[in-house]
Amino acid sequence: MKMITAVIKPFKLDDVREALADIGVQGLTVTEVKGFGRQKGHTELYRGAEYVVDFLPKVKAEVAVTDEMVDGTVEAIVNAAQTGKIGDGKIFISELNEIIRIRTGETGDDAV
Amino acid sequence: METDVIEIKYALDTFYFLVCGALVMWMAAGFTMLESGLVRAKNTTEILTKNVALYAVSCVMYLLMGYTIMYGGSDGGILPDSWFGNSIANATAEEVLAGAAADAGDYTYYSGASDFFFQVVFVATAMSIVSGAVAERMKLWSFLAFAVVMTGVIYPLQGMWKWGGGFLDAAGFLDFAGSGVVHMTGAAAALAAVILLGARKGKYRADGSVNAIPGANMPMAALGMFILWVGWFGFNGGSELKVSDIGEANAVADIFVNTNAAACGGLIAALITARFMFGKADLTMAINGALAGLVAITAEPLTPGPMLSTLIGIIGGTLVVFSVVTFDKLKIDDPVGAISVHGVVGIWGLLAVCLSNPDASLSAQLMGIGVIFAWVFVASLVVWFILKAVVGIRVSEEEEYEGVDISECGMEAYPEFVSGTK
Repeated sequence: MKMITAVIKPFKLDDVREALADIGVQGLTVTEVKGFGRQKGHTELYRGAEYVVDFLPKVKAEVAVTDEMVDGTVEAIVNAAQTGKIGDGKIFISELNEIIRIRTGETGDDAV
Repeated sequence: METDVIEIKYALDTFYFLVCGALVMWMAAGFTMLESGLVRAKNTTEILTKNVALYAVSCVMYLLMGYTIMYGGSDGGILPDSWFGNSIANATAEEVLAGAAADAGDYTYYSGASDFFFQVVFVATAMSIVSGAVAERMKLWSFLAFAVVMTGVIYPLQGMWKWGGGFLDAAGFLDFAGSGVVHMTGAAAALAAVILLGARKGKYRADGSVNAIPGANMPMAALGMFILWVGWFGFNGGSELKVSDIGEANAVADIFVNTNAAACGGLIAALITARFMFGKADLTMAINGALAGLVAITAEPLTPGPMLSTLIGIIGGTLVVFSVVTFDKLKIDDPVGAISVHGVVGIWGLLAVCLSNPDASLSAQLMGIGVIFAWVFVASLVVWFILKAVVGIRVSEEEEYEGVDISECGMEAYPEFVSGTK
């Protein structure tokens, strides 16, 4: 099992949710986050003076999947979240030791 | 004239005066919303507290002494006959009717108490101007201590020089509704404060370049602008002091039209100027532009036609954008642009009187500008300096970072929101 964490542009969240639902992903956890990458924030103008926005708003989507679903999930997220412009975000994949569904006590792939 | 007609005219003029005064009172709400929109969320409760408190302090001080200083009479035209006391007096019906019978023109035609009410709300306006410029870093109680002196002595004394029949009035200085007496006065006191107070932490980078600190709530700022705009019809319209005959009614209507025209001119000019200078349509500049148009027309809203009024507003609105940028570069940190809107454009309004009023003279206008500015600036500087030495006027660096809402008022404006980066 893997945990797939995608940091994406906020306006792409609906597209990503739909794309994941289409390939049968059962659940998604979303957090509003701020951060910077190689772009290093950007500057805005207020009353003629510049100010630097160091951290840009992003959405972090976390989805737990079985090993065989990893490639499909990543592909779905990339296709849905890509604009081709700087700031599209990143996907992180990490090992997931265990999953437990609280209501039933199921574990492992059954609980995904 | 028949007795009934005189009584109805008296009632109508008094009623008009009171309604205009209530409109000007509502400007306190306008300043409150404008300022709360242009500060950061962590300083919202404090700026609201400052605004509601300064209104009440202004009214009490003006009742205790301000009105007597300003309108209690003055022999030499420089110092008032008396400093303290209640000078509110309503004429009796017999006095009014006898005056009307003796002289068909200049008799008492409105209630004395309505005059006080109209004047007292002007004082609060002048004081509101100061609060925006010193926002986000001044100690609340030092500010209110200054408000006591400002509304009790500094404002009324220069007001007497012009509107109380003092030496500026005698010299031919013209200021219909207060581009100088109210607006430049507020700005001069604010400038003195900002010089002693210093810029907000983070406003200037280590290399001295300007770092913008965006306001938290643009809907509040826009609402504040419109409330001020509405109030200004009372400010300028009421300053005609009379509405009850055809000539006066026409004059009042002209003033409403001209006041509105100048505000529109100022807003459009500021919006376009900001677009060309910064590449974006800066809403806060458009708001400042409308207020600049209003300040510019306040010194003479009657004699220019609507076309010239629009032009006077356009020049005010253009001026204010350059002024805001210039003050920023001079390290005069004014979060809401009050010194630019009310001071720089107030001076423009006083000079613009010469464009349409044949009774105006440039020398008298310059004298009025110089005298009022010098008095208010120096007196304010002294008061701020004493406050700074005795109790301090600025919150600590840590309090400023946390927000003066917590350090001064002990409560946040939006406690149910998790605050992001401060």
